[in-house]
Amino acid sequence: MIPAPFDYVRPASLDEACRVLGEAGDGDGDGEVKALAGGQSLLPLLRLRLAYPSVLVDLGRLEELRGVHDRGDHVFIGALTTHDEVLRSPVVREHAPLVALATATVADPAVRHRGTFGGSLAHADPAGDLPAVALALDCVLVTASGAGGREIPAAGFFTGYLETALEPGEVLTGVKVPKLGDGWGFHYEKFHRTAQAWAVVGVAAAVRIDAGAVAQARIGLTNMGPAPVRARAVETALRGVTPPAAGAGGGHDPVKDACAWADEGTSPPTDLHARPDYRRHLARVLTHRAVRAALP
Amino acid sequence: MPEVTVTVDGVAYEEEVEPRLLLVHLLRDRLGRTGTPIGCDTGNCGSCTVLLDGRSAKSCSVLAVQADGSDVVTVEGLASGGDLHPMQRAFHEEHALQCGYCTPGMIMAAIDLLRDDPDPSEEAVRRGLEGNLCRCTGYCTIVRAVRRGARAMSGGRDAGPGGEAGGEAAGGPAGGEAAGEPAGEGVAAP
Repeated sequence: MIPAPFDYVRPASLDEACRVLGEAGDGDGDGEVKALAGGQSLLPLLRLRLAYPSVLVDLGRLEELRGVHDRGDHVFIGALTTHDEVLRSPVVREHAPLVALATATVADPAVRHRGTFGGSLAHADPAGDLPAVALALDCVLVTASGAGGREIPAAGFFTGYLETALEPGEVLTGVKVPKLGDGWGFHYEKFHRTAQAWAVVGVAAAVRIDAGAVAQARIGLTNMGPAPVRARAVETALRGVTPPAAGAGGGHDPVKDACAWADEGTSPPTDLHARPDYRRHLARVLTHRAVRAALP
Repeated sequence: MPEVTVTVDGVAYEEEVEPRLLLVHLLRDRLGRTGTPIGCDTGNCGSCTVLLDGRSAKSCSVLAVQADGSDVVTVEGLASGGDLHPMQRAFHEEHALQCGYCTPGMIMAAIDLLRDDPDPSEEAVRRGLEGNLCRCTGYCTIVRAVRRGARAMSGGRDAGPGGEAGGEAAGGPAGGEAAGEPAGEGVAAP
């Protein structure tokens, strides 16, 4: 289908982008102002007329929002950095390998050439892979606005289905991805039925081992509710657990017991691919796989 | 209405467009490049894949206004005169199509893949074409064609307008690679 008509603005500066985005207020994409980055999620919605903004603000030419920077204790990924650029970045590969691992599973090469890291987070699709990673890594989302901008922890950014903490006139400019220090391991486990499909369920795990036991675990869940969520119950249950040695055989596995809490507090959706009970099952199984793979 | 400047298959155009016009509609309806088909409404099928500033993009998921100032190569820009691009010929020779609807997108995605990996393994081809659906062939002949096209391009044979795509591989061990092919894969050299 052809998108409904809209006015198109291509700001030449971040200030102008904030001003235009603030003028009519950002809504749910229904007759309001919407920011456009790579468009790989938004354009399909426009074509299906699931979204029909009256004004589209194309951020695509704001070069200052593009690029990956090593900033000591964190990696800063500009919001307009494409998935392809993220994957090609030696800094990401070295210091944010979980981001690279999950980004490689996003859609397909053509989409990764256009789609952006920041766009994926600001779009906040609960089936998107990167929000769960941002949660597991305790990323901080950096914004600009007429009022100056904010730093929003990932845990407070995803507020509902396709909804974020971004205010009207506020633009996501980049993301601080903390570097994992010694003792940390990580993994992204994604279950989908066909190549390039959205995750039915996905699990991003970061686990720190100290003296043979789990000292800290952070688990982000993809597609287990209207917004991406942390599996806090698993994180708590894993603390202090000593993982069985690899190849220990069929004995009692306390890691698996802890991961059985993965669906606690979630409200997984029903769609063509799965019912909630199946998603709950997947969350438990995939969390176990992700944590096992993450153990350093 | 916004005005966009695009170069398509080497020809520069200036067009006034509605903001909602998709790049694929600009190509097909305004510029007559109907070699790029529209296969789906969801960005899944990849049949409308073109090279946008040198990298593959689904032209149904790009607004024409976003492509302002860009260079677009469609499947119609690959052949040089009457000579097919090596990748086009490989698809022909390996019977890598039945209905042909996905073929333009497959060929564009394949050429994009070879920029990073001039001699892709079967696995790499399957991953590289993840965003392109074929409902006829079962993909086996397509994978063979892409690898055959890759060998033809890296061998320096028929360097057409798209020949630069495999340029990094020029002088590569094309002969040695062919010798390493599994039995029954066929021989690239004519």
